[in-house]
Formats: sequence, C-alpha cells, structure tokens
Amino acid sequence: MSALTTPPRDPRAPLPGARRTRARDSATSWPLRDRVGLALCWAAGIVLCLVAGSILLYMCFKGITQLKPAMLWTHPSAAVDQSRTGGFLDPIQGTLMLTAIGIAIAVPVGVGVALWLVEYGRPAPLARAVESAVDVIAGTPSVVLALFGLSFFSETFLSWMSFRAEDAAFGRSFMIAGTVMSLIALPLVVGATREALLQVPNHVREASLALGKTKASTIRAVLLPAVRPGIATGTALGMGRIIGDTAIVILLLGNTLTIQPRDGAAPVIGLLQGTGSTLTSYIYGNSPTGEGNAPEKAYAAAFVLLLIVVALNALATRIARGRGKDTAWIR
Amino acid sequence: MSALSSRRRGAPRRPPERAELWLGALAATLLLLIAGMLAFVFKEAWPSFSHNGLAWFRSGGNTGQQLAAIYESPANPDDYVYHLRAWPLIYGTLLSTGLAVLLGLPFALLCSLFMVEFAPPGLKRVMTPVVRFLAAVPSVVYGLIGILVLAPWIDRHLVSQQFKLDVNAIVPISGGGLLLASVILMVMIVPIMIAIISDALRAVPRSWVEGSAALGVNRWRTMWKVSVRTARPAIAAAVVLATARALGEAIMLAMVSGSFIWAPNPLDGLNFLLEPIMPLAATIVGQQEGFSAVPLGQTLYAIAAVLLVSSAFLSFAGWAVRQPLRKYAAR
Repeated sequence: MSALTTPPRDPRAPLPGARRTRARDSATSWPLRDRVGLALCWAAGIVLCLVAGSILLYMCFKGITQLKPAMLWTHPSAAVDQSRTGGFLDPIQGTLMLTAIGIAIAVPVGVGVALWLVEYGRPAPLARAVESAVDVIAGTPSVVLALFGLSFFSETFLSWMSFRAEDAAFGRSFMIAGTVMSLIALPLVVGATREALLQVPNHVREASLALGKTKASTIRAVLLPAVRPGIATGTALGMGRIIGDTAIVILLLGNTLTIQPRDGAAPVIGLLQGTGSTLTSYIYGNSPTGEGNAPEKAYAAAFVLLLIVVALNALATRIARGRGKDTAWIR
Repeated sequence: MSALSSRRRGAPRRPPERAELWLGALAATLLLLIAGMLAFVFKEAWPSFSHNGLAWFRSGGNTGQQLAAIYESPANPDDYVYHLRAWPLIYGTLLSTGLAVLLGLPFALLCSLFMVEFAPPGLKRVMTPVVRFLAAVPSVVYGLIGILVLAPWIDRHLVSQQFKLDVNAIVPISGGGLLLASVILMVMIVPIMIAIISDALRAVPRSWVEGSAALGVNRWRTMWKVSVRTARPAIAAAVVLATARALGEAIMLAMVSGSFIWAPNPLDGLNFLLEPIMPLAATIVGQQEGFSAVPLGQTLYAIAAVLLVSSAFLSFAGWAVRQPLRKYAAR
C-alpha cells in the first residue's frame, strides 16, 4: 500500500545523477554589509541551537537528579514536609485518561471531517466555511476553549457528565476536560489527514471507481488504508498537544491532587465523572505560582512530561518521514 | 475542492450517498461549535460588558482592587459589582505580544535563512529537530524554567536594589515581568515562524535564485533580494500565526509575568522592562479560584470574549495574507 502514497517527484529538484557544479563563492569577497548579514545568520542559528540545548540539558540534569523511581508509583498527598508529599502516580494516570478520551473523540471526528473536505467538499461554500472553522478552532486560545467548556457543560441537560456534590453540577470532570481537549487535537488530526489524502494520486480513486465500487467503499477499502500514516502523524501530534496543555486541566479537571471518583456511581462512570490532576497541573501547582511550591517535585514531573512530549513528536516526525512535506504540526 | 471531479458540465448530479451526508453533517457541526462558542462565551460575558459599556476597555482606578471588589460583591444578584477598567490587562497583552513578535521576527528570519541556505549540511540536519523540540516543549515547562531559573537571575543581576526599595510600596519587583515574559514568549513563538518562513524560502522557484546567481549576485544578496522578497506573504502569515499564539498563551505568562496587575510606565527608562504585567489570558488562570463568585466569573468570561474575538480576527487575517502564497503553491 505504501506505493500509493509516494509523492510525485519535485520537478525543481536536480536529477538524481546530476552533479552539483556551482562554485561556492566565498564570503571573503563580499561587501561588508553582506558579510554582517551572514554573520548575523550564523549567530541567530547558533543561539537557537544553544537555547534548545541548554533547555534540554538543564531539564535532563534536574530531572535525573530529582526524579526518584518511587515517585512514579506513589500517590501524591498534601503535606508540609516535602519528604511526605509522595510522588505523582495520580497525575500520570490523569494524563493518560485525559489523552485517551481526547484522542478517542478527536481522531474519528477529525478523519471524518478531512475525508469530507477532500473527497466530497460540496457545496463548496460550506467546505470553505468548515475549513475556516478548523482554522478558528486551531487559533482559539485553550483558556477560551476551557471557559466555553465550563459554560457549555454546566447546562442542566449535560450535568450527567460532570462531578456533582449535592446535585449541583460543577461543569468539571475527566469526561468534560477530555471532550474539550479533543478540540485542541482536532485541527492537527484534520490537517495531517487532509495532507495525506491530497497526496493520494487520483488514478487510485479512478481505478477503484472503475471496478464498480461506490465512493464510500473506495474511502473504506482504498483511501483509509493509504492515509493511515497521516492519521498516525496527526494522532501523535494531537496527543503531544493534549499532554502539554495546562489551562484546560486547571479550569476543567477540578484540580484535585488525587483522582476523586464521584461517590455512588458505577466504577468506570464514576471515574470519568471524577476530578483529578495531570502532570502539567501538578507542575503548575508545585511551582512557586501554585500552592504546593516544591520545585524538586516540579522538576521531576517536568522531566517525565518532557520525555513523553518529545518522544511523541519524534514519533510523528518518524512516521511522516519520506512522505512529502512535514508541516502538519504548524498549527 | 473535490479531488475527483469527473462529472461533465450539465450531466445530471448523482444523489448524494449516505456516507457523504453523514460526513457532511459531521463537518457542519464544527460550524455549530463555533457559533455555540461565541454564543456561550458572550452570554456569560454580557453583564460585565453591559455594566461598563465601552469604558471596559479604558483605564481608570486600580484594576486589581476592582477585581477584588467584584469577587467580594454581595450574594444578592441585584447588588453584584461589575465595575472594571481593564486597560492594564489589555496593555499588558499588547506589550508582551508586541515585544515578543518584534524581537522574534528578525531572529526567526535570520534563523530560517541560516537553516535553508547558509548552514553547513551537518548543522542543517540539527536545526530541524531543534525547531521541532522548541515547539514541542509544553508551556508549563517554559514557565517553570522562567520562574525558577531566569526570574531569580534577573532579580539578582538586573534589578537595582534602590529601584526595588523605591517602588516597593506601589509595585513589587520580583524578577518576573515584561522582559522575562516577552523573552520566553519569543522563544515559544519563534519555532512556528521559522517553520513557516523556511518552508516558503525552500519553495522559491529555483530558476529565480539561479537567475540571480547567474547575474553575479552573491548568495546573501540573492537570498535577501529574491528569496526573502518572494516569501513576504509567508512572513506575514508567520507573524499573524505567532501573534495568535502569543495572545493566547496563559500558563507561562501567569507564572513569569510577576503576578501583579500593573501597567508598566515607559517613562521609567529601562526599569520599564522589569515591571510586572498581567496579560488577559494570564488573568483568567490567575483568578481561576474566582469562578465560585458569579460576577467575577462573568468578568472572566468578558476577558475570554475579547480573546476569542481577537483570535478569530487573527485567523481570518492569516487566511487573507496566505492567499498570495497559493499562486506558487508554497503553502
């Protein structure tokens, strides 16, 4: 199937056998103004690499010195004595749950929207409107999305989704935070899937239609398998975005240190209706801005978070490698 | 838009398949979502806007005290306090966003030139993952580094103790402030700008560059006069997208901006850069305990409404400046 997704060769690229014969002119003969420009270019590039390198090294150093393996499987607890505040098992579980919920919603919806946009897309004004809607969602700050979720899910007909005490819905729970999280992953999934669909050559679709398949079965049997890497890229990017987001967690997950299932509900449902925290909100809470103020714990959790996010991004790059332009992450 | 438009002009249109209707309905719900977002946010925000009128955007009085008064307003809905003059928050947003974009644009442009043209092959291979890494680091990690490493450093080395003592009664100077916020914001938005600009620089028709080189123009001038000029729409798009990102950043700014509502005064000379700010999005995160008080909640929704409208406006601006790019299919 991978042969289907080979992008057409860039007509501007030099032929494979051709040798580069252009003599590189040396900067020593340039006018001073141009040499200053070149020097600034070098300086900017090297500063950028240094910034990235120092962030990476500093976080690794702090993480490795502060992280104790036991932190990964002990529950956190509120205590004044730092040696007794436990680890961050609950935040890790919270991150996993939230990511699972968000991706479970964002991927089907995003793939569906991308399929409609590329394969059907009529009436054309509606398609343009949907495209700009995806852009608007991608551009909306996550704080604003969080506030929208808070207001929307406080409606009485949706109160079954939220954490309740004495029958007052709070508009906060794993289910709600996960649903809102799916919105920040959605544009990434749509973008990656769309780009992959546009790279499937038309003769593939024509061949399937010529065999008497309907458009729907062409999508199911031919296009979906062909764009699977695109979907995977979008999913990995979306997961990275969800895991790294803090505002939605702080506003919509109730910000309790441990996972608190709703009392008197069925086990899984109660968990989904419960409140909790994630790695990001744990870091925020343990920074000097939050109420915990335990920098060591914050560094350890930040190290774990950074590892997860960087691994997901590397995965997305790896899947997208050799399949045309890798621009799905720019959103 | 449809990738496969085999229908002849005038041929009867096939009735839409069920799959098309389902996918179309799914895509159309995104439009409903945007409408719902506007409706819900403005519904909650309305009391704050209607009580203050356009004066909401003006300056006057101490905004921090006004927010506190709103939080402590009486429980009777008729006596709710809404008086707010939000200019310091808007000013803080404009300052941090403007400074970050202003510093970031030349830096990103130089970095992309370096990445596309001037870097030796080894460095070129390093730059792409570096940009991806900087884009992937979650904002809470940037905030953590800012408040634990950079803020104390600024406090020790850049803030004069005399100035600190002089203004201590009015505004606390802690190291976190305009300078730190804009610098970290810059590091956060530069990767997006580099990605978009370098993408456009690579898409400049090869013959144009070769034509310039054939006329004896050196590499720097060719890049500056031909490639950068051709990529101007992409640079505009990068600025718009980066502005949208900077505008919506909440967590990092809530951590490093000094946690004090204050409008820095440019007449203070260089100390202006060290004074705290409180951007709009950071206010929502900083005041998140206040959702228990109805009027403060509504005031925060008013802030979210301002952010929502500006980010939607920026999305459309981004779409508009990207239009010329389609001519040579850069993006």
